[in-house]
Amino acid sequence: MSWINARRRRPVAGYAALLLGLVVVALLYGSLTRQGGTAQASAPPASQQDITAGKELFEANCATCHGFGAVGNPGLAPSLIGAGAAAVYFQMSTGRMPAKEVGAENERKPVTFTEQQIYEIADYVASLGGGPAIPTAEQVSTEGANTALGSQLFNANCAQCHGFAGAGGALTYGKDAPPLTESTPTQIYTAMLTGPEAMPVFSDGVLSPQAKRDIIAYITQTRVEPNPGGFSLGRIGPVTEGLVIWFGGLGFLVLIAMWITAKRRDPRPTGTE
Amino acid sequence: MSENFEVPKALSGVGGWLDDRFHGARGFRVLMRKVFPDHWSFMLGEIALWSFVILLLTGTFLSFFFVPSMTEVVYHGSYTKLNGIQMSEAYQSTLNISFDVRGGLLMRQIHHWAADLFMAALTIHMLRVFFTGAYRKPREVNWLIGIALFSLGLIEGLFGYSLPDDQLSGAGLRIFEGVLQGIPIVGTYLAFFLFGGPFPGHDIVPRMYIIHVLLIPGILLALITAHLFIMFHQKHTQMPAKGNTERNVVGQPFFPYFLAKGGAWFFFIFAALVLLSAFAQINPIWLYGPYSPIQISSASQPDFYMGILEGSLRMMPAWEWNFLGHTLSFSVLIPFIVPLTVILGGAALWPFFEQWATGDKSYHNINDRPRNAPVRTGIGMAAVVFYGVLWAEGANDVLAHKLEIPLYTITWIARVLIFVGPVLAFVITRRTCLGLQRKDAETLLHGYETGIIRQLPNGEYIEVHKPVNEEGRAVLEAKEVPALMPPPGSEDANGVPGPTSRGVLGKARAAVNRAFAETIVIEADGHGNGHAVGDGHGPEIADEEHEAVGAPSSPAELPHGDEDA
Amino acid sequence: MSDMEETEGHPGPAAPHRVIGTPPPSPRLLGSTTLAEGGDGEAAEAEGGMHLHGLPQDDPRVIVHANRVEKIVAACFIFAFIAGCGFIAAYIGLGVHTVDKTLRSNLALGTSLGLALAALGLGALLWVRHLMPDVEIVEERHELRSDPKERLAFEEEFKEGAAQSQFVKRPLVRRTLMLGMLPLLAAPIVLLRDLGPLPGTSLRYTVWSPGRRLLVAGTNQPLTPAEFSAPGSMITIVPEGFTDDADALTKAAVILIKFRPGELDIPTMTQGGTLIGTMNWTVDNIVAYSKICTHVGCPVALYEENTHHILCPCHQSTFNAATGATVIFGPAPRPLPQLPMTVDAEGYLVARSDFTQPVGPSFWERG
Repeated sequence: MSWINARRRRPVAGYAALLLGLVVVALLYGSLTRQGGTAQASAPPASQQDITAGKELFEANCATCHGFGAVGNPGLAPSLIGAGAAAVYFQMSTGRMPAKEVGAENERKPVTFTEQQIYEIADYVASLGGGPAIPTAEQVSTEGANTALGSQLFNANCAQCHGFAGAGGALTYGKDAPPLTESTPTQIYTAMLTGPEAMPVFSDGVLSPQAKRDIIAYITQTRVEPNPGGFSLGRIGPVTEGLVIWFGGLGFLVLIAMWITAKRRDPRPTGTE
Repeated sequence: MSENFEVPKALSGVGGWLDDRFHGARGFRVLMRKVFPDHWSFMLGEIALWSFVILLLTGTFLSFFFVPSMTEVVYHGSYTKLNGIQMSEAYQSTLNISFDVRGGLLMRQIHHWAADLFMAALTIHMLRVFFTGAYRKPREVNWLIGIALFSLGLIEGLFGYSLPDDQLSGAGLRIFEGVLQGIPIVGTYLAFFLFGGPFPGHDIVPRMYIIHVLLIPGILLALITAHLFIMFHQKHTQMPAKGNTERNVVGQPFFPYFLAKGGAWFFFIFAALVLLSAFAQINPIWLYGPYSPIQISSASQPDFYMGILEGSLRMMPAWEWNFLGHTLSFSVLIPFIVPLTVILGGAALWPFFEQWATGDKSYHNINDRPRNAPVRTGIGMAAVVFYGVLWAEGANDVLAHKLEIPLYTITWIARVLIFVGPVLAFVITRRTCLGLQRKDAETLLHGYETGIIRQLPNGEYIEVHKPVNEEGRAVLEAKEVPALMPPPGSEDANGVPGPTSRGVLGKARAAVNRAFAETIVIEADGHGNGHAVGDGHGPEIADEEHEAVGAPSSPAELPHGDEDA
Repeated sequence: MSDMEETEGHPGPAAPHRVIGTPPPSPRLLGSTTLAEGGDGEAAEAEGGMHLHGLPQDDPRVIVHANRVEKIVAACFIFAFIAGCGFIAAYIGLGVHTVDKTLRSNLALGTSLGLALAALGLGALLWVRHLMPDVEIVEERHELRSDPKERLAFEEEFKEGAAQSQFVKRPLVRRTLMLGMLPLLAAPIVLLRDLGPLPGTSLRYTVWSPGRRLLVAGTNQPLTPAEFSAPGSMITIVPEGFTDDADALTKAAVILIKFRPGELDIPTMTQGGTLIGTMNWTVDNIVAYSKICTHVGCPVALYEENTHHILCPCHQSTFNAATGATVIFGPAPRPLPQLPMTVDAEGYLVARSDFTQPVGPSFWERG
């Protein structure tokens, strides 16, 4: 401690404190904003669901907004008749539903139900009016997928909202397209199939299951792909690159320039005088 | 301080051989003793210089591997995710450089980081020269050369990052073509001639390539040489300090000091760029994919130095005229023309405008402290805010996403700030400068606060002030105020009307002149309470004589400076 | 003695106050500037002379310090050598050809090279700052303006030379010279003519024609309304026969959107007598708009299903797809052109004709 105290007033102390602060902030940021998780494709759902169990769960947790029989509540929640098991699976497995507030957009949040419960509710809603089904494991398997075609489809239909690397992006009126770093293949598939909230629908008629698999393969491969050039800087492009060169590059160099031109000090007494 | 050692025979032999043919002794003597003043802000231009050298080196390496061709090929290479995709040879060769040439990715990244650093350093160097008034006579030509370097750098960077023909830069080229197309009368012809037909065509990459590796670097080299030579010949400016006059340069000699420091600086800059390239990924073209006119990503921005054009395109509301079978699209023309004209045109004209406003035709080799030129500093800050608002708007979708502000709200804020911001910046900066001048005047008169509190015998507490020493005095007193021109309507001894008397322009000149001449006057001896005469000698006054903390000072004591001198 | 260096409460000399960025003070008239008064005592020369700041070179403190720093500088340079060798070793030893190996190679090459350079820079800097004596030199600036006599002589010689050349005296020669050079000055501009074709009317038309099928971009499959029946669907469309033609796609890309019944309401719009938008061009609540933004030509691709807004990510022009892609925000001056669409004999979506107005960014001759 006294070692630090003795040197507290040296000019270099200020720079050292600043550098320490910058390093701490950088480390905190890096650890708190991890991206590129190693998400795996979800396990295939169980074969038999209990529609009755789903009905009970629905009436206890969902009917307050969606109404009994999922008929909907104007201004509060839409009707789910015809929405299909896939829509329920997407919304609930990402934690978006149950929603925490009424609004156009719900964000991914911790899931409140088990996988089994979600299948039961999904089966119940599907029994009310049909709709797209939850894909099987084979349907979302990316084995043998054509990532080249996947990249073309992704860049033509998805990148404008979700970003070229799936980092997410802004929409209008405060909405945004979420990043794709945490979505499982089944979630990506069901999202394309059901077009949740602002997202358009990509039915199997227009993007076949194989095309969807190609897109999923592209997304899952891109997000785990290492960044050979170093830190990814968020994979959002030149904006962060510009910030880095101004603060990391130029800022650092200005400090060096100040050092180079600083007034020289005489050496300290050697103790022999 | 000369030491005794023998110059090695090899060196003296070669030196003699050259001198026999080129009489270099005199010239080198001058060079070795040449003085370069030492201030950290004088090193900013060198960042750009060394970045340019690094660009040349890494660019040469890249040019051995890059294929400037838009011929379509099907990819089957190391980056297996894109196997089977059709792409241009340019894009494929960039993938090869990144993944199949050892050190290729490093060179690509150093090249791109160096380009960004070059432009950033140019910007901050330009600002330094502006805020210190170093563009004044005799350095106006060098200032103009600098503006030209900046403008060429913009185009060089734009073409450089568009060469790989990836999705991001291709979108930028599409915007470039759309803007060109919108120019009245000649727009479509310009676009078709540049691209060799409709967009994208097959010619733009090879054409950009030759402009990027030959034409513009050649012009840049010539201009940089001229810029350095002029600076060399006219000698660098220096900051106000004791011993620095308009007729001298004080510092360390070129050999060996500046040579060593310049070398160290080069190594540091190179090191910073290489370490950035090792740890920070830039322009990952393999993630963007090859360019296709039907694809686009969110967060599509150009490199930062083109950001103001991007921001102006985003900020502009829709406005178009149709008449007589023709369309004039202001939505495109105003964003394209206004920011660059204001920034670059304004910068180019500024030295001459200031000369006109101040009537100051003298040489200036001592820099101004920015606070001593309130109007110049204020207008400079207004320009910075103008640039900054446009730049931030260029990233509006990234800001909207990361800061969770609605997209249109950011654009509306920018639309208001672009007008209000510069005005506010000017007013606040100018007031701040005048305030700092007041502080300087006060420091000169009353000394600086030492932080030492003393109790007088009668119980009163005072803070001890110490007079500023000689070095400090020299800095504080170095203030050149533009002279006030004679008021409109006046004539000189021979009956010739003064420069401010000629019509509307004359009145405008008088008004601007008054603004430039406003300053806080430093009165040498505004008090009557026994100070030492402010002539720079050391302190001989008792500390207790300085004003007590909280004691009221009579209005007569404080210098007032707002009125015209 | 300068008092600026007094630290709080301690009288007497203290460590010199470090001032970053300002040049060193010019030397006093007598003695050295700092602690010990043991300087040479020689008066500073007014100009041209080099004077020493700080302690003289033979002071024991200076020698000890310099020797210590010399070791540090040498260590820096040795480190640079090692790092440089590391660079060469990394180049030879680390291959590329996969993303992972490229990452390793880039990191190794970059770190070794960067540290080598930094060590060289650091060593050089310490050398200058601690090994070289702290000297200061004053150089005089020369008058930049030429001596008036010189200027006069220049003027005289120039006039003499001009007179000898007869340039002024013989206007015929002068004028015909300028005349003769004129075409040569125009020649470089003339030579650029073949850079590209004249635009002609090509910007007015796209490759869409009656009966041309709408194909899904990427898969290149045609589309029936039944396959595109889920309300809220959106997809990117390319014209049949031109799926790989970038020049054609730059204008011909189309965005296809399916609405719920009752939501799509395109008024019949004309411009200068030409029909540019109508519900007749839709099929089963499916509408096709040009995907090329009317601002500066980016693909306008963001479709928000719940608001029916098409947002262009480049400059945020926003179009309302339910009312004919009319502009509701942003710099785009015109709505997106609507592609007239119908169904062919096999049930696939086809174009009725080309767009009835030029697509994409405005241009002078657009009308």
